Amino acid sequence: MSLSRTHPRWVPYFFIAPFALVFGIFMFYPLVDSLFMSTYQSFGPQHRTFVGFENFVHVFRDADFRTALKNTSVYTLASVTVQLPLALGLALLLNRPGIKGKALFRLIFFSPSLVGLVFVAILFGLLLGSRDGLVNEALRAVIPGFPSEFFWLQRYVMGSLILASLWMYTGFNMVYFLAALQSVNQDTLEAASIDGANAVQRFTHVVLPEIKPVAGFVVLLSILGSLQLFELPWILFDGAGPEKRGLTLVMYLYQNGFEQNDLGYASAIGWVLAILLMFIAVLHRKLTREED
Amino acid sequence: MHSTRLLKPLSLCIAYALLLLAAAVTLVPFVWLVFASLRAPEVYFEFQFVPRIRSVQLVEANPRPDLAELWQTLQPARGLRLEEAREKLGAENVDRGLTEGMASLKSGAVDWTYLTGDYFKILLTQPEFSFVRNILNSVFYASVTAVFATLFAAMGGYALAKFDFRLRGAFTRLVLLALILPGALLLAPGYQLLFRLGLLDTYAGLILPGLAPAFGVFLFRQTMLNSVPMELMEAARMDGCGEIRLFFAVILPLVRPMIGAFLLIMFLGAWNNFIGPQIVLQTPSKFPLSVAIAQLKGVYSTDYGLLMAGTLISIAPIMALFLLLQKEFISGLTSGAVKG
Repeated sequence: MSLSRTHPRWVPYFFIAPFALVFGIFMFYPLVDSLFMSTYQSFGPQHRTFVGFENFVHVFRDADFRTALKNTSVYTLASVTVQLPLALGLALLLNRPGIKGKALFRLIFFSPSLVGLVFVAILFGLLLGSRDGLVNEALRAVIPGFPSEFFWLQRYVMGSLILASLWMYTGFNMVYFLAALQSVNQDTLEAASIDGANAVQRFTHVVLPEIKPVAGFVVLLSILGSLQLFELPWILFDGAGPEKRGLTLVMYLYQNGFEQNDLGYASAIGWVLAILLMFIAVLHRKLTREED
Repeated sequence: MHSTRLLKPLSLCIAYALLLLAAAVTLVPFVWLVFASLRAPEVYFEFQFVPRIRSVQLVEANPRPDLAELWQTLQPARGLRLEEAREKLGAENVDRGLTEGMASLKSGAVDWTYLTGDYFKILLTQPEFSFVRNILNSVFYASVTAVFATLFAAMGGYALAKFDFRLRGAFTRLVLLALILPGALLLAPGYQLLFRLGLLDTYAGLILPGLAPAFGVFLFRQTMLNSVPMELMEAARMDGCGEIRLFFAVILPLVRPMIGAFLLIMFLGAWNNFIGPQIVLQTPSKFPLSVAIAQLKGVYSTDYGLLMAGTLISIAPIMALFLLLQKEFISGLTSGAVKG
């Protein structure tokens, strides 16, 4: 790697300055501040009492926090075990030799991920509407005697969330898988084919090892994203949903910080979430390193 | 040999069938959204896609309906009773019109006049909604964020990729750390900071924190490591090119595709951002579309047509932009994953 030697000294500082300034003020300072804030119980930005580590002790005794953690974990698990295999399957189908209109299919599958979570939530709230949502209308047309009202959003809270995110993100993840599949060495595949390897063998022995780095990246991205779920349930269920079955970690943070106005407790929840994410990122790094 | 020959086209057919099914499932919600937001308010609950009014089905089921009942079901919004209409227009005319209308309806006619722009008109013109304002807010917020975030990210990435300076290692590590920190961690302390700076409920408070995208600095650093040759920079300097002109006239054009992709990613991120404006802004006239539509759902939760139209207005510009620039977008998104 070559670095510039013939520049005046100020040049790198000048170019990093805007980023460094904004990053320092609006990221780094709040990050450090949140450590202090997490030791206070507060009411709004002006009133607070020092409570030491009380917030962190409380987090682990808090039944609502445990509910949020459980819901978020279930959602994350579903993202990885349902959505990603589907995305890989779609990518494999699309990558088949002889399929025409690849670019158009890719465009269609990718498009839902452009829609903001708020808008997806509104759209799915209407699609799953109890009386004249499209889903119920369709079921009524197919299944005789399907009830005139069916409350998906009340009865299948997690199911609705998973369905909406399936629609939104499957194509997004597929784009990554497809890019990886397209860089798989065609000669190796052909050689394996000539040697008599069937489709399944070719997939497990040639394709899978080659797309593993990208697959690992997609899994990590999917886990980190799913653990930060907020807008989708917040709008879809107008809050935590029936019996708080739609409560997520970030939603709980938001409720504590901006509805109960306890910015201190919200900071503590933020740190628990951050540590969870960093733990997963480190674990992921370890696992992918070992395999190399 | 014979069996594989037959199998190949068959499995190709299955692949096409599955892909088309997936494409249909992906597209149906969009199509439904478009048709639903175009329904005329008075017949909103009458149909899902094609405007076949349910009263038509009633006519089909009952070939000799009571004219008064038919009048009722066909004219739900105009509020005129059959007798009044007969008096005004002449009994014969009304009865003949109804009978003829019934005949045309029976033949399965679809009445396209029930697709209107009424909901859009309501949202964009009635004073209790400020949707035009919300659209302009979103455009402003997303454009300013995209332009400056991309500029700052490109500058930062350039410094880290091409120059040796004392804080280089520290900044590179900081950028990598910031990549995995959850945004939610900064909500509470960020709010407190904006309160102290007096930036709550201002666009400065909304935009400024978004102008240091660690992800962008990382992407531009990676891109510039590979695609900016040192010899070119040295040659430009020999020719007397200043450092700032060097960046704008030589370096930026070299990473043009990355700039396009990152502008789009940032624009999209700001356009769809909900939690930021929700926390920072308080005055409704400052709300971008994301917050405005969430409010709309809170107040008009049962006026589905309005919600549909509002949602369509909010996602249509993004879709148009994406269709225009989709190649840059997807290559930008995947470049980090596949090459890195």
